[in-house]
Amino acid sequence: MAFIPHTQDDIDAMLKSIGINELEQIFDEIPASIPVAKLDSIPASMNEQELLIHANLLAKKNKAATCFMGAGSYDHHIPAAIWDIATRGEFLTSYTPYQAEVSQGTLQVLYEFQSMLSELFGLDVANASLYDGATALAEAILMARRIQKNHQGKSVLIPHMLHPHYKHVLETVLFEQHIQFIEMPFNTEMGITDHLKLNQLNIDNIFAVCMVQPNFLGLLEDVNTITNWAAENQIISIACVNPSSLGLLCPPGQWGQHGVDIACAEGQPFGVPMSSGGPFLGFICCKKQHVRQMPGRIVGKTVDTEQKPGFVLTLQAREQHIRRGKATSNICTNQGLNVVAATLYMSMLGPQGLEQLSSACYQNTHFLAQELAKIPGVKIKYHGHYFHEVIIQFENHFDQLINFFDKTNILPGLILEHYLPEQKNCLLICATEKRTFEEIEQYLKCVKQALLENYNVAQTCQLGV
Amino acid sequence: MLIFEQSYPGRQAKAQIAKSLFQNMPIDIPAQFKRQNPPRWPECSELQVIRHYTKLSQKNFAIDTNFYPLGSCTMKYNPRGVQKASFLPNFINHHPLTPAQHSQGTMEILYTLQEYLSDITGMSKVALTPMAGSQGEFAGVAMIKAYHEDRSDFARTQILIPDAAHGTNPASAAMCGMDIIEIPTGADGDLDLHQLAAHLGPKTAGIMLTNPSTLGLFSKQILVIAKMVHDAGGLLYYDGANLNAIAGRVRPGDMGFDVMHLNLHKTFATPHGGGGPGAGPVAVNHKLAPYLPVGCVEKNDQGCYYWTTKQHTPKSIGRLSCFMGNMNMLLRAYFYICNLGNQGIKDIGRFASLNANYLFAELQKIGYQAAYPNRRASHEFVITLQQEKMKYQITAMDVAKRLLDYGFHAPTTYFPLLIPECLLIEPTETECKQDLDLFIKAMSKIRSEITNNGTILKSAPHSTHVKRLDDVKAAKELNLNYFGEQR
Repeated sequence: MAFIPHTQDDIDAMLKSIGINELEQIFDEIPASIPVAKLDSIPASMNEQELLIHANLLAKKNKAATCFMGAGSYDHHIPAAIWDIATRGEFLTSYTPYQAEVSQGTLQVLYEFQSMLSELFGLDVANASLYDGATALAEAILMARRIQKNHQGKSVLIPHMLHPHYKHVLETVLFEQHIQFIEMPFNTEMGITDHLKLNQLNIDNIFAVCMVQPNFLGLLEDVNTITNWAAENQIISIACVNPSSLGLLCPPGQWGQHGVDIACAEGQPFGVPMSSGGPFLGFICCKKQHVRQMPGRIVGKTVDTEQKPGFVLTLQAREQHIRRGKATSNICTNQGLNVVAATLYMSMLGPQGLEQLSSACYQNTHFLAQELAKIPGVKIKYHGHYFHEVIIQFENHFDQLINFFDKTNILPGLILEHYLPEQKNCLLICATEKRTFEEIEQYLKCVKQALLENYNVAQTCQLGV
Repeated sequence: MLIFEQSYPGRQAKAQIAKSLFQNMPIDIPAQFKRQNPPRWPECSELQVIRHYTKLSQKNFAIDTNFYPLGSCTMKYNPRGVQKASFLPNFINHHPLTPAQHSQGTMEILYTLQEYLSDITGMSKVALTPMAGSQGEFAGVAMIKAYHEDRSDFARTQILIPDAAHGTNPASAAMCGMDIIEIPTGADGDLDLHQLAAHLGPKTAGIMLTNPSTLGLFSKQILVIAKMVHDAGGLLYYDGANLNAIAGRVRPGDMGFDVMHLNLHKTFATPHGGGGPGAGPVAVNHKLAPYLPVGCVEKNDQGCYYWTTKQHTPKSIGRLSCFMGNMNMLLRAYFYICNLGNQGIKDIGRFASLNANYLFAELQKIGYQAAYPNRRASHEFVITLQQEKMKYQITAMDVAKRLLDYGFHAPTTYFPLLIPECLLIEPTETECKQDLDLFIKAMSKIRSEITNNGTILKSAPHSTHVKRLDDVKAAKELNLNYFGEQR
């Protein structure tokens, strides 16, 4: 096998030491009636050269595209150094840092990550990652359930315009613990939660409320009002936000009078490639009084026997390897390497870089949207404030437009009707800071051309897109 | 030094600052939604950042730098060719919601990986989405629950779990709302069959087993156990954490298991990354196939690949991640299997167990006490320092910390919980004899230190960046954030 280093001399010496004559005897405790595996489906081995040729051929079957799609996965510039450093063997091939004395590298990165995220979110503490944004939200709800252990309620409020896949994950996870979710009243005109109708809800059964900022349609929700409403009614408030918006938008720790109790997010926009959807980077931040109910690993600063500062995994009594069936979560392996990438990303951006990132995303999307809206039959569907995603509605020729884009190298955005049947002829569009002036121009050109009747498919080739 | 302590107001990594293409575009966000103070992130040059994190990396032990015989974790070589293949631009720049017809490369890999893993496990169907072993366990128990409920057998609420099991087993069963019944281990290290029989009944939903167990012992009675559980109406869950021991030799599906997860970051060498991301695909036999989580890849008559949704599999337990699990780890596992090929997969379990039994034999020869000396080591084994503790007050932790001084990562300590003062040692198949011999030599030196120089063990490690750290202080005086509490 490719990576087994044993010579025949090694094997002979080792068998002799063990006191057996042939390798197969190593399995003499396995009952003979269990058949020996054949593995007929698995072909002969490839060496590295063959492997890379094979991988390249497969990669070419994916279409490379200029991405104007968001919807939970965002195409940002990733500084070249990030994955050069993150894939150093010392980060890439180490285990969970249980042996603290030989894991200070990973542990300090996690501590810095927690500190940067706490700052970003305006909350006291953060954990050292969960799987992805959707499971982080599910864990945040379970955490709220534990905080509210004396509350009779079995329901959690969620926004109507939560990412549909997030709703599916909540269904899977919360179903097993008999927690129901109820959608908050929705203002169809504005595309956001109708907070004026919150008081019509029977709140006795509600232990927590989730808010998402911006929502699935890209629109800004009135999170301050909802956070205050939750606090007045002894309901735990949970925020789910896009971290790349926080250079411009108010952090969850400062929403309303007192801020939210718990915040969670998908950290993929911070230096993690889209990679067909994973691995991404979920995490949770919270107020300090809730830290013992937080799931996942947490790193704390301490000292060694010579009073020298160092870092260790702490509050491990919450975790499955100690508490077993009574742990805060079953999570063990998390997304450690993506934490390294995100920490490098935040360090490189710095506070000004973050603000500039948020601003550039905002401006690119707003420019594209405003230019699109100048085309006859095209409009921005909702009038509310948005960050870097927007719903564009096309009066006519929507299928023609989609077919046109299909033949270009542009991924034009999400066809919203596939997820929300009432949203006919709409695209959810995102232009991050990575989209160039030429790419945005090209997008506009394609839309104009596609909407012209009797367009000529051959012309798309001449566009060079 | 922390990155924050190297910060200076106004300094920037300027090459990483996004450009404004539309400077005249006003940013019109109402004041109540606007951020007032920027986060106190470090203000550093790019070189400062690179140097800081490069230096931090050097404070880690890793497979690439040190022998890492951490039991139950399968710290084998993670091939760089696989890393390179998985990072091709068309893989990592691909948006997850790209229409299937433009994602056929990735989907072909996933489809083939499903086939390969079905074959390796002896199961009939695989779902790749669980993002780690524990999420695979959650999915597996949820499927067991769905299976019984689908048959209107609502009384089956108990999951039986051996006392030696990984902590994730009971935690995952609890996440599924199941009652957990602990089954003790017998004197020979195998499951106590009398106790098992006593707890099986109409409430039994299933049993979660690791085979070989966390004690590094292959359960000789596995076929008997399978029959007992099935006869009682329960199902068998296989915790794939120790699959490396038998990979390519025998298959869980052939031992009577109904459902299992695989830890791709163990058996299939995707990197551990300092704690993840991993991947924990689930494999099932025909009984549980209808309940698999959504997001499997199927092939139509035209040879095109497509995703399954809840419309295709209405009995599915549902979605487990926003998109397709830890996709890039799945690509790596596929490339690893290509790299190894048929014979290479068959060699995994054989050579992992050869290395383990060699260390097991040699460590006993130099005086270490095996927990189960008369058994074969199945890719890992347990030694106990109970006698050393009684005679010399030297603990398993002292030996573990002293190993760090000799340049070896410590084995797993104090797990499984039922063996006092234990070390769980797993060398994996990719270590060569010379390196195993160096480890044996270090263990031999430690052996003489135990009797002659206990203080050097008690105060170990001596050569690491920090000495033994104060865990109690860390938990008592919580310091989780450089900036303390919020303003």
